[in-house]
Amino acid sequence: MLRDITLGQYYSTESLIHKLDPRVKLWGTCFYIISLFCFKNFVGYLVAMLFLALVIRLSKVPFRFMVKGMKSIVFLLLITVGFNLFLTPGTPVVSLWKLKITWEGIVLASTMALRLSLLIISSSVMTLTTTPNNLTDGMEKMMGPLKLFKLPVHEVAMMMSIALRFIPILLEETDKIMKAQIARGADFESGNLFKRAKAMVPLLVPLFISAFRRANDLAMAMEARCYRGGEGRTKMKPLIYKKQDYLAYAGLLIYFVVSVALGRMTF
Amino acid sequence: MSIILDHINYIYGEDTTTPVHALKDICLQIQDGEFVGIIGHTGSGKSTLMQHLNGLVRATGGHIYYNGEDIYDRDYDMKKLRSKVGLVFQYPEHQLFEIDVFSDVCFGPKNLGLDRKETELRAYDALRKVGLPNELFYQSPFELSGGQKRRVAIAGVLAMKPEVLILDEPTAGLDPKGRDEILQQVKKLQTETGMTILLVSHSMEDVAEYVDRIIVMNDGSVLLEGAPRDVFSHYEELEAVGLAAPQVTYILNEFRKNGLDVDTSAITIGEAAQEIARALHR
Ligand SMILES: Nc1ncnc2c1ncn2[C@@H]1O[C@H](COP(=O)(O)OP(=O)(O)OP(=O)(O)O)[C@@H](O)[C@H]1O
Ligand SMILES: [Mg+2]
Repeated sequence: MLRDITLGQYYSTESLIHKLDPRVKLWGTCFYIISLFCFKNFVGYLVAMLFLALVIRLSKVPFRFMVKGMKSIVFLLLITVGFNLFLTPGTPVVSLWKLKITWEGIVLASTMALRLSLLIISSSVMTLTTTPNNLTDGMEKMMGPLKLFKLPVHEVAMMMSIALRFIPILLEETDKIMKAQIARGADFESGNLFKRAKAMVPLLVPLFISAFRRANDLAMAMEARCYRGGEGRTKMKPLIYKKQDYLAYAGLLIYFVVSVALGRMTF
Repeated sequence: MSIILDHINYIYGEDTTTPVHALKDICLQIQDGEFVGIIGHTGSGKSTLMQHLNGLVRATGGHIYYNGEDIYDRDYDMKKLRSKVGLVFQYPEHQLFEIDVFSDVCFGPKNLGLDRKETELRAYDALRKVGLPNELFYQSPFELSGGQKRRVAIAGVLAMKPEVLILDEPTAGLDPKGRDEILQQVKKLQTETGMTILLVSHSMEDVAEYVDRIIVMNDGSVLLEGAPRDVFSHYEELEAVGLAAPQVTYILNEFRKNGLDVDTSAITIGEAAQEIARALHR
C-alpha cells in the first residue's frame, strides 16, 4: 500500500557504484547538481544526460526505480512548466484566448523540466545505491570540520541514521494499523477532505503511540549498552578511500569540466 | 455456507529483488460453525492467509469463495465481507485509539452505519462476552494491562457481529490463566452463537482442547489437516518442521513403547490420566 516511495530507499545489488565510498557519491551528487545550474545551452544538458545514463547503467538498478521517485514531484514539475510556458514574455508562438506561449517560454520551461528531472533522478541514484547507514557515515565524515564551530556533528548524524532506520518500520506499522482498522470497517478512501482527515485519527493515534514507545525502548537499549555520544567513539568499519574512489573522483572532475565548458559555450 | 480457498498463491514484494512466496497453492474448505485451529511455526504464512479471508490482501493467484460467491468478482461488496468476516490481528492492542474503552468498541459498529442505540447495545454486549469487568468500560484503553487490552480489541471486532471470527494468536504473551480465559470465552461464543471460528496459534496445547479441526502450515503450504487426534498421531512429522504435539502425546507414546498398552490418542491431561489408570487396572 505505502511502499512505493523510492526516494531514500536502497536497492540492493552488486555494482561498481554500490561499492564506491559514500563520500564520493555525496560529492558527486553535489557537483552534478551544481553543474546542472551552470549550463546555458542544451549541449550541457545532453552531456549531463549521457553521464547520468552511464552511471545508471553501471549501478545495475532498473530504470523504473528511478522513475518511481519522479512520481512524487510530477505535480511540482507540471506547475513549474505551466508557469514558465505561459508567463514568460517574448516572441509569441501560439496564442490561446488570453494565454500566450512564447518561444522563450518553451525554452525556459523545457530547461526547468530537464533540470528538475535530472536533479531528482541523480539524487535517487545516490540513495538507491547507498545504504542509509553508509550515507550518514559519509555525511558525518564530510561534516567533520564543522566540529570546530561547536556543531554536534556526530549527534546530528546519529539522529539522521535513526530517523532513516525508522522509516521502513513506521511504514510497516502504518500498513498494519491501517489493515486492522479497515478490518473494523474504517474507510480511508472515500468522502470529502474533512471526512478523510477525520478518518485518519484511528490511524494516527496508534501510530504516534507506537512511535513514542519505540523511541523510548531504543533510548533505553542504547543507554543499557553504554552509548554516551560521539566523543572518543571509534567505528567498526571506518571509511577509507580505495583506488576505485580516486578513479571515480577523476571521472567526476572530467565530467564537470567538460560539461560546464560545453554548456557555457555560445554557438 | 462455507469459505472455500481455491489454489491461493501470494507473493510479497513481487517487483523487488527479494520476493517472498508466502503462500503456495493453498486449497481449503471451512464449514459453517466450525472451530478450526491453524498452527505453524514463525513465518509459515498463517497471518498472511488470514488476511486473505476478509479481502485485506488480494491473492496473486487463485480464488476465494465466501458462501458461494467469488470475493474477487468486480462487483463483490468488500465492505460487507469485512463486516461478515471479523479479523482480530496479532497484537491487536496496538490498534486502540479512542479516549475510552467503550467508544473504541463502538468504532466497528458505527462504521457499519448502525444507529447510536444499536451501536451501544452491541458494544456493551461484546464487552460482556469477552469478560471485561464493568468498571473498566470508561477507562482509557492505554491504561489497561496487556490481557485487558487484548479483550477490548477482540470485543471491538465482536461488536460488528461477524459470522466468522478470525483470531490471530490471541494468546501470545499472556499468562496461562489469561490464555485459558480467552480461549474458553471463544469456545463459548462458538457453541452459543454458532459462529465459525479460526484460531491461529503456535502452541498445540492451546488448540488441542478446543478446536474441531487443525490445519498445520509449513513454509507457505498446508502440511497436515484433520481432527486433533489424527494430526497429533503424526507427531514425528510435526517435530520435523519445528512444531510439537501436546506433552501428553509424548508421555503416552513412551508408555506404549515401554510395554503398557495405552491408547495414545488422548489430547488433554484429564483424558490421558484416565487412559493410563484404565491400562494399569487391567
Ligand atoms: N509486509 C511484508 N513484506 C514482505 N514479506 C512479508 C511481509 N509480511 C510477511 N512477510 C513474509 O511472509 C512470510 C509469512 O509471514 P506471516 O506473517 O504470514 O507468518 P506467520 O505464520 O503469521 O508468522 P508468526 O507466527 O511469526 O506470526 C514470512 O516469510 C514473512 O517474512
Ligand atoms: Mg502471524
